Amino acid sequence: MRLYNRSCVTGIGETAYTRKSTRSAFQLQIEASLKAIADAGLKPADIDGVIPIGVISGTADDFIENFGIPDLRFSALIPHGGASPVMALQAAAAAIAGGVCQHVLITFGRNISAMAGNNRAGSRIHTMPQFHYVTEFEHPMGASAPAQLYAPMARRHMELYGTTVEHFGEVAVACREHAILNGNALMTRPITLDDHRASRMIADPFRLLDCSLESDGGAAIIVSDADRARDARHRRIFIAGVAAGHPDSPGSITQRADITSLGIAKAAPRAFAMAGVTHGDIQVAEIYDCFTYAVIRQIEDMGFCARGEGGPFVSGGRLKLDGALPTNTHGGLLSQAHVWGLNHVVELTRQLRGDGGAAQVPNAKVGLVTGYGDLGDGALAILTRE
Amino acid sequence: MTTESVPRPLQVSTDLSRPYWEAAREGRLLLQQCSICQALRHYPRLLCSHCHSEDVTWREASRRGQVHSWTVAHHPFHPSFSAEVPYTLVTVDLEEGPRALGRWIGDTPVLGQRVVGRFERRDAGVDLVFEKA
Repeated sequence: MRLYNRSCVTGIGETAYTRKSTRSAFQLQIEASLKAIADAGLKPADIDGVIPIGVISGTADDFIENFGIPDLRFSALIPHGGASPVMALQAAAAAIAGGVCQHVLITFGRNISAMAGNNRAGSRIHTMPQFHYVTEFEHPMGASAPAQLYAPMARRHMELYGTTVEHFGEVAVACREHAILNGNALMTRPITLDDHRASRMIADPFRLLDCSLESDGGAAIIVSDADRARDARHRRIFIAGVAAGHPDSPGSITQRADITSLGIAKAAPRAFAMAGVTHGDIQVAEIYDCFTYAVIRQIEDMGFCARGEGGPFVSGGRLKLDGALPTNTHGGLLSQAHVWGLNHVVELTRQLRGDGGAAQVPNAKVGLVTGYGDLGDGALAILTRE
Repeated sequence: MTTESVPRPLQVSTDLSRPYWEAAREGRLLLQQCSICQALRHYPRLLCSHCHSEDVTWREASRRGQVHSWTVAHHPFHPSFSAEVPYTLVTVDLEEGPRALGRWIGDTPVLGQRVVGRFERRDAGVDLVFEKA
C-alpha cells in the first residue's frame, strides 16, 4: 500500500487540560503546537503543512504568520468532528507520500469556558453545516445534543443484543482508572460500576458517567516524512495503516438504514490490510469515547468481536491495563479531556515510545487509534514502533 | 402547563423543505417522491440517490409505523426545554419506508410497537407526536 510506513508521528504536545482556562483557544493551540514541534526536534519555520482541527481557533494563515513559515506547501480542513484528527493523519500521510510536504502540524485548541453564551454541546452543533438535518427537523423538538441523538443507537443495541448498563460502566471505569495514572487528566477520583449506575440520567440510556467531558486545552502532533524522521529526537513511530469511512446517511442517524452502524466499519479492513497486522497484534488501543457506548460499538465494527458481542468483550476489566485490550490508557474523552481525540493520538505515540509512565503497556509495539465524528464518521490508524 | 421563558429553536424551512412544513402546519406528513423512479426519501434533499433526478412530487404519508428506537431526555441541553424534561423522543419506521423522529406520548415505547403520529402546534412551530396505534 502506498501510505504504509511512509510517514511517522515525530512530535507530540499538549497543554494542561483544565476548565475555566484564562488563555484563548489560539493561545492553547499555539502552546501545544510549539511543544510538538520542539518534541520533534524541529523549528516552527520547518513546518510545511498544517491541518487545523475544526478551525475553532487558528487557521493555516495564522500559523504562517506567527511561526514565520516561509513556504507552507500543504493545508487542509477536515470537517468531520472527532474523526478529524485521525482523518488528518490520513491526509498528512497522503500529502507526505505524494511528496507535497515533509512536516505536517495537526493542531487543536479550544476554550469552551470563554465562548459566549450557552456554550455546551447542545447549543453548538446546530450551528454546524453538517448537522443541517438535525437543526431543521430534530433540534426544534428537543433532540439537540449528541447524547440525545446517539441515545437511540444505544437503546436499539441494548434491545437487539442485550447490551447492559454494566457494559457501559466497564468502559467508564477503565477510562477513569487510567486517567488517575495520567497526571494531566481532569477526572482523578476513582469510580465503580455502582457509581456509574447511580450517576444521573442525561439521555436514557446515557448517564452522566457515559458522557465525555467538556474541557479547555490544546493538543498537537507532527507527522513527518519517514526518511526525515530519522533525524527526529525520538524513535520512529510509523503510520502503518490509516483509513476513513462514513456511515450511510451521514447527516441523519434517524434516516440511517442501520442506526447502529458506523463509518469505521468500512475503514477498519482497509487500515488493517495496509498495516499488515491482525486484531491479535494490537497491544494498546485509544478508542474515541464521546460516549461509553461508542467504544463498544467501534470495537465491534473494527472486528475485534462480532456485532452484538461488544458488551461481553469489555466486561471483566478487559479494557484495563492488565486486560486483553488495554484501552484509553490516558483516560480518554471520558476522564482525561475532550480535545476531539487528538489526545488519543498523543497517547498512542507516547505508549509506543515507551513513555507511558504509570499507564505504560509493557513493550507496546503495535497500537491503534480511532476517531468518531459528528453522527458516525469514522477513522482509524495503526501505528507501530520501529 | 409550563411557561417557557426561552423560546424553542425555530423551525426554519429551506426551498427544498418548504412543502413539508407547509403541510405539517395543516397536519399532513409529506415525503419526497422521485418523479422518475418513484423512490421515496426523507429528510428532503436535492437529488434522488438512485437516479439522480431533481424532479420530485410530494406524497402524503399515513403517519403510521413502528417504533425503531427511543430515548428519554432528562437533561435540557437547550434552555427552552428546561420545563419539559423528562420527555421521550421516538424513532419510527414509517409504513412508507423512511423514518421520522417525533415526541412520544404514553408508556415506555417498545421496539416494533405500532404507532400513529400527528402534528401538534407548539410555539411558532409544529411537533410530530406519536402514540400507540
